[in-house]
Amino acid sequence: MHLSRTARRLLAAISGVVVVILYAPLFYVLLLSFNSARSIIYAGFTTKWWGQAFRDEAVRDALSGSVKTAAAATVVALILGTLASLAVHRFSFFGRDVVSFAVILPIALPGIVTGIALNAGFRQVLGWQLGFVTLVVAHATFCIVVVFNNVLARLRRLPGNLEEASADLGADTFQTFRYVTFPLLRSALVAGGLLAFALSFDEIVVTTFTAGARVTTLPQFILGNYSRPNSLPIVNVVAVTVLALSILPAWLAQRLTAD
Amino acid sequence: MSALSRRVSRGFAKRRWAQLTALLGAPLAWLVVVYLGSLVALLVTSFYALDSFTFTVVKTTGLQNFRELLDVGVYRRVALRTLLVAIGVTIVDLAVAFPIAFYLAKVATPRVRRILAVAITMPLWASYLVKAYAWRTFLDPEGGLLRKVFGVSPGFGLPAIILVLAYLWLPYAILPIYAGLERLPDSLLEASSDLGGRAGATFRGVVVPLLLPALLAASIFTFSLSLGDYITVGIVGGKTQMIGNVIYANFGVNNVPLAAAFAVVPMLIMVVYLLLVRRSGALENL
Repeated sequence: MHLSRTARRLLAAISGVVVVILYAPLFYVLLLSFNSARSIIYAGFTTKWWGQAFRDEAVRDALSGSVKTAAAATVVALILGTLASLAVHRFSFFGRDVVSFAVILPIALPGIVTGIALNAGFRQVLGWQLGFVTLVVAHATFCIVVVFNNVLARLRRLPGNLEEASADLGADTFQTFRYVTFPLLRSALVAGGLLAFALSFDEIVVTTFTAGARVTTLPQFILGNYSRPNSLPIVNVVAVTVLALSILPAWLAQRLTAD
Repeated sequence: MSALSRRVSRGFAKRRWAQLTALLGAPLAWLVVVYLGSLVALLVTSFYALDSFTFTVVKTTGLQNFRELLDVGVYRRVALRTLLVAIGVTIVDLAVAFPIAFYLAKVATPRVRRILAVAITMPLWASYLVKAYAWRTFLDPEGGLLRKVFGVSPGFGLPAIILVLAYLWLPYAILPIYAGLERLPDSLLEASSDLGGRAGATFRGVVVPLLLPALLAASIFTFSLSLGDYITVGIVGGKTQMIGNVIYANFGVNNVPLAAAFAVVPMLIMVVYLLLVRRSGALENL
């Protein structure tokens, strides 16, 4: 299509402006975390809030809660997501589309539906108390999809005859997985795991309904304190930490899977 | 160990269903038992009642919660408002996403395209709560950055909700449209312009019809995510309430049956929506 020079420049300008708008709020919070005033107006540079935030008992508890939850959910999601992707890739079976759909559903439905459903499932059907275990189970449920998608995409690009060659050379199912399939999947697994970690680390809605009173995460800390003027600087530091620990793994994962 | 693993392997090699069960058993059990089971539990709970004296859940089944949703004026208005916000956010996102997706797919050089695609994808992984919170510091009618720099701010309320939700879901709208445009052959655009079609006519007559599945795929995200939101509404919405806030509030006072009934509303809207758009092939564009 013949677009005029002006039209091309206009499209480039719109795209540029949108990218700036996408990042502006994030950089503003970063700036505010170094703001010497207890305010949303930047007044001068200080690093004292960073020190203060990480000495804060509540922040440390929330950080450890977030890291433990994300790590445990990632491990579960890696195992279940890999198994499901191997099954969908290798076999055509009745209900294969149902598996793909069931994997996506926990993030396709609004978070509040997933959260309140899991809450009902844990408390009423299973009779469990809410706590670390229910939080991990809930997070793993919506993290499976990123591992599943990453591993499945890799499997579809692998030549199938490598596994056959391994079997022809006398390797059993487990040896083939260990020496042939697994090394080929490794970077996809790392990428999927990093994305699962990022997804879990900053989740707030499902967390609200499944964490119970004894576990807190960093997003819960933000939600509980953002409207208190006194906590503002600490909330900014926590917000930047949450951003960093979700964007950096996602960026690494992107680098790992880029061709 | 290796003798055992060989014996198990040989067993697997003979029976494909055993392999399939071993692979699929755990993930399927997890998703079906934990997740689908929970969704069923949610549906069942929505028919239960709350004893108004003891504030305990009574397992009598009936439609009283759904009747309450329809009878109480506030609830009806909240549901309608939520629907309108979701539609508004979707329109804003599609309108903003199209030019960027078009620039990415058809105008930008490969180098710019790569960088821009990553720059648009990364904020998706940034915490949604932090982004909403950051907008609060922009929109604050008193000391917010918008008021400071531009002299105007919509303040907290319905316009702020639509603005921030549109901001949050924009990358979800750009990516499917970009993918759809990449699949659209340039030759079709050239043919249209060779036949005398101006940019506007090409857009209406060629691009939109072919891009419809991608546009619908983009709208699934913007629409679904807006329907259930209550965090952003709480942070920048002032006193405005949406379905999510009502669910959360009822859940907070232990009226789980009514909360469950209200959670069924976005779920049903989404199921109907997915069924409607399925015929266009949008689901393959997710």
